Amino acid sequence: MAADPRDTSGPNSVVDVRDVHYLAGKHAIFSGLNLSVQRGSITAVMGPSGTGKTTLLRLITGQVQPASGTVEVFGQDVATLDHKGVFALRKRVGMLFQNGALLTDLDVFENVAFPVREHTKLPEPLLQTLVVSKLQAVGLRGAAHLMPQQLSGGMARRVALARAIVMDPEVLIYDEPFVGLDPISMGVVCRLIRQLNDALGITSIVVSHDVQEVGSIADQSYIIAGGKVIASGSSEQLQHSTEPAVRQFLQGEADGPVPFHYPAGDYHQQLLQLVRKS
Amino acid sequence: MSNSITDTLSKLGKVTLFLGQVLRASAPALLRPRLIAQQVYNCGARSLVIIMLCGLFVGMVLGLQGYDLLARFGSESALGVAATLGLLKELGPVVTALLFAGRAGTSLTSEIGLMRATDQLTAMQMMAVDPLRRVIAPRFIGGIIAMPLLAAVFNVIGIFGAQLVGVTLMGIDQGTFWSQMQGAVGLRDVNEGIVKSIAFGVICSLLAVYEGYHTEPTAAGVGLATTRTVVASSVMTLIVDYMLTAAFLKG
Repeated sequence: MAADPRDTSGPNSVVDVRDVHYLAGKHAIFSGLNLSVQRGSITAVMGPSGTGKTTLLRLITGQVQPASGTVEVFGQDVATLDHKGVFALRKRVGMLFQNGALLTDLDVFENVAFPVREHTKLPEPLLQTLVVSKLQAVGLRGAAHLMPQQLSGGMARRVALARAIVMDPEVLIYDEPFVGLDPISMGVVCRLIRQLNDALGITSIVVSHDVQEVGSIADQSYIIAGGKVIASGSSEQLQHSTEPAVRQFLQGEADGPVPFHYPAGDYHQQLLQLVRKS
Repeated sequence: MSNSITDTLSKLGKVTLFLGQVLRASAPALLRPRLIAQQVYNCGARSLVIIMLCGLFVGMVLGLQGYDLLARFGSESALGVAATLGLLKELGPVVTALLFAGRAGTSLTSEIGLMRATDQLTAMQMMAVDPLRRVIAPRFIGGIIAMPLLAAVFNVIGIFGAQLVGVTLMGIDQGTFWSQMQGAVGLRDVNEGIVKSIAFGVICSLLAVYEGYHTEPTAAGVGLATTRTVVASSVMTLIVDYMLTAAFLKG
């Protein structure tokens, strides 16, 4: 099922990652990563912890540069952009952080208004209408006056979502949107991602390891392991994959290509040595 | 030993480079006076009570010690001059800076450090907002504005404290106390104090925002950064104080 990801690239793709290599120190995070994201779709990027899912987001948003290969967003090579170019790019890309990353000294309303106040000179009534409408979209119009500390995890993430869409981005990136949420909040966030994608025509990239949730909304999924895409396709295609690494990840098996044991010497040998010592 | 020297030097270099970045971000930040006013309130108004309390007691101690010393030469009447010069030129700026480092500096560092640890700074960058302009520069400028104001309050309360002890307790003549002071203390002495407290303002605010901005994004990292702020600010304040004092005595 390791289909050639270039099948989906083309004029209709918003993000194109081609043969990217990335090193963290001496440790290779990516060795030849290829993937592309179609305009208007929900693309899921899944993989075991520590496979560099967050690094991928940082590459796409120009926070880090690849050692080799190219990352193209809206047809521009991110590595060639200067500071201004990166900031211009980020105005078209919204991002939802794992814990929301709301500004703790501002209330919910001001948090959502923050990017608008920073980037535009909208008259106050217009700004309020805009913010209220975004809060209504995530169902938190009534919480506008609360401070971030008073919000539950799910509410904080919905406020962050309202903030991410307030500037009408073309692409919305979700970094682990389901982590630490109760089933109800999870369902709410799930539905919101789908709704926003369809209603606003946003292209969504969801990085997650919650296979069930993300699989239920994604049009296209990539599974990353060992620095490469090991499988891609729709959720159904992935479910029928025979690749052992894919099966282990999707079924949540403890042992498999990703071993249960951290590399160690022979167990019996070590026990015998310990017995002899005592 | 050689390691700790190179570490100190490289830190000094990093802080200097950071100062350059902050200064570049400060020009656009100056166009948003509301953000700066908010920070002057944050580090100024909230340190006010502790500054006033400490100023009163430092002034009273000066009154006692100064009286004791001057009485040995039979010149108690010069207490007003001695206390005022000591406060304006030395104790005012220095003690204010030390208190500022402990009260406002630590809260700046931990506030920015927590913003780092909870991805708020990265989130701003992702919203195409430069945190140096939006978060760091206003706090830096606010600290520089607040420091001389706090030192001035400290001095006023300190002189009042010295007067309280000298005149009310020890019985120096009220008129002598004030008129000697007016005669001997010049604008030059006041300026020395102002220059010093601005310099300390730069040092303490810069180190506080530097440590906050470069906090390791964990709970332990925030704690360590706060400690480093107090230590570095205090040491640098005293070193620079010596240099400035020497420069003013020469010039």
